[in-house]
Amino acid sequence: MGQPHFIEIAKVAKSFDGGATFAVRDVTIGLPAGGFLAVVGTSGSGKTTTLKLINRLVEPDRGEVRIDGVPVGATDAPTLRRSIGYVFQGIGLFPHMKVGENIGITPQLLGWAPTEITARIAELLDLVGLPQSYASRFPDALSGGEAQRVSVARAIAARPRIVLMDEPFGALDPVTRDAVGQAYRTLHERLSLTTVMVTHDVQEAVLLADQIAVMSGGRVLARGTPRELMGNPDPSVAALMAMPKRQAERIAALMARDNGYG
Amino acid sequence: MDDRFQSALALLPDYLARHVLLSAAALALGVAIGLPLAILLVRHARLRWPALAAASFVQTIPGLALLALFYPLLLGLSVFTKALFGFALPALGFLPSLLALTLYSLLPILRNAVAGLTGLDPAVMEAASAVGMTTRQQLFRVELPLAAPVIMAGIRTAAVWTIGAATLSTAVGQTSLGNYIFTGLQTENWIYVLFGCAVVAAFAIAVDQTLGLIEAGATRRSAARIWIGAVVMAAGVVAALVPLSASSSRTYLIGAKNFSEQFILAELIARQLAAEGASAERKEGLGSAVVFRALASSDIDAYVDYSGTLWANVLSRTDTPESGVMLKELTSALAERFGVVLLGPLGFENAYALAMRRERAAALGISSIADLARHAGGLTFGTDLEFLSRPEWKALRDAYHLNFQAQRSYTPTFMYRAIDSGDADVITAFSSDGRIAAQGLVVLTDPLHAIPSYDAILLVSPKRANDPLLARALQPLIGKIAVERMREANFMVDRDTDKTTPQEAASFLARAAGLP
Repeated sequence: MGQPHFIEIAKVAKSFDGGATFAVRDVTIGLPAGGFLAVVGTSGSGKTTTLKLINRLVEPDRGEVRIDGVPVGATDAPTLRRSIGYVFQGIGLFPHMKVGENIGITPQLLGWAPTEITARIAELLDLVGLPQSYASRFPDALSGGEAQRVSVARAIAARPRIVLMDEPFGALDPVTRDAVGQAYRTLHERLSLTTVMVTHDVQEAVLLADQIAVMSGGRVLARGTPRELMGNPDPSVAALMAMPKRQAERIAALMARDNGYG
Repeated sequence: MDDRFQSALALLPDYLARHVLLSAAALALGVAIGLPLAILLVRHARLRWPALAAASFVQTIPGLALLALFYPLLLGLSVFTKALFGFALPALGFLPSLLALTLYSLLPILRNAVAGLTGLDPAVMEAASAVGMTTRQQLFRVELPLAAPVIMAGIRTAAVWTIGAATLSTAVGQTSLGNYIFTGLQTENWIYVLFGCAVVAAFAIAVDQTLGLIEAGATRRSAARIWIGAVVMAAGVVAALVPLSASSSRTYLIGAKNFSEQFILAELIARQLAAEGASAERKEGLGSAVVFRALASSDIDAYVDYSGTLWANVLSRTDTPESGVMLKELTSALAERFGVVLLGPLGFENAYALAMRRERAAALGISSIADLARHAGGLTFGTDLEFLSRPEWKALRDAYHLNFQAQRSYTPTFMYRAIDSGDADVITAFSSDGRIAAQGLVVLTDPLHAIPSYDAILLVSPKRANDPLLARALQPLIGKIAVERMREANFMVDRDTDKTTPQEAASFLARAAGLP
């Protein structure tokens, strides 16, 4: 923790009701370049608000978010957001734009040359494992997993160094979810991305991230590697982190007994 | 029958062109105002309710009243613009119609645009800002395209309303397809009425379907449909407007009130103008009060009015001097106060008179209005739409202490039906009306001379006061129209069978008066 952090959330607080209650308070998180941080917690724990503070979809009441030492408030919001990929809960593709247009939107906003955009769309479809013909389809013709792959492709289209993901795989069936998740983890490494992912699924956090922050009531209860968090003195954190392991063991035990149901 | 259809068809290019121009302009203006306003209302929720309530309120005003209200408003404004910028706004015709129809079209455009823009999926809106769009880019790249089907549906509704309501603009002197309907209703020319309705309906359906194509294109994200719809729309408007570009250079605007005699006389004036090589545009179906003000402000160039009407309504006089004195005083007063030229009397009178069926009058022993006053408590009085609010009625009522059991107002045509069927016992007849003799009515005498003279007089606007061509065209009419000929001409148009058009009646009148 001694080296300067690439993404630095410093003592940030945000209230949506004029100070009566705080969605996040005193949140401080640092993440080195190339890190993969999962923010876990129940609904209302403040994890999505924390994520949105990074690309200024939410502005803090107190505190500051810095990227590479520069406060995010110093860059105007649209410009900042064009340099940060964002993958949405519920996908958030533009229904009136074709898959190719969806993927190419941020490069287009950045003023890339059309030929360059077309080439990039083709490259990204390959990267997320979708056929080239999908470029001319509308999003409503895609399955959930395909749509989320497009959403990932859109997020990384303008070659951002940072990708933010809000419950990215929550709406997918378990098999697809695992496949898209693993595919993203591979991209994260190949493209040297710095990723912050919000999820309520601890298992997913453990499988994909190398750093986990546990939030509750707008505060960070604990953070560290999965292994570090298992030994956390806060019993609720320890219990939360132990759950995936316990589940895995139970599943293994059930499979081993092989008594069957039929 | 067939020739009435022919004459309706002959008028179609001009009427349709003007109707298309008016409704297209009103709709375009409605969209140009409505869309930005809707965007403003979406951004500022506090303004939304008052603005939508105001638009709904406008919608509750009957179309005809809304159109009529713009006339005095523009007349007032034109005094200002004349004082400030040296030009007068036209208070009659295109401008008031355009403004009223634009206001009318706003509600569906506003309501749908606001609903469309506020009903967008918040996740998509957040995505738009998260990929780095500015507020403006979000509006044009995401919000408007996604709301487009709902917005288009609103524009479609507005288009159909506007096309329908544009027929009412005839009443404020704007030629439209409504001319068929207004003229047809007045002269009981049902061919005209049906023809007008059918053309308006066909036009509205065509526009609705074309806009529907664009709407479907927006919904199904099919650019081809949108383009086809837009091209058909633009081509239709351009094609419809072609006849307007061919209009003649010397055109005079001839006003007419809303009854057959006025239509015939307007046609007669048009004939005279044509003989001088000029053309006439008719502003028909104007109300009595509107038509004189329109002339005084040179919105129309000439029309025929009646001395007693101007005497009481414009000069606010309650005395009833004999005809010659009245004409003399009117001529100088109108010239002095309004700059209007009273060219001279046509030679017949169209006085307000009270008429009864001959048998009924005989049975009750009524031959004068004084006799009528004694029986009025048991009788029903049928009037035209404006009589009861005119000063002549007040004078008559006060002079004879008339107090009827019931009073009903009709359009002139239906008023004659009412006395025929017995729904009315006494009606306000016009002395030049051919139906008096034809229906066996008797005109009650006016022993107290409560009703002034109503000599038909030719009036010319201040702008055309010294126009030699107009004077040459109109002078031959002075003193040439005998009341019997006028009655015959009126009856040709008003009778139930074997009706003729006002144009044919005007030709008859011209021949009878020995005009070329």
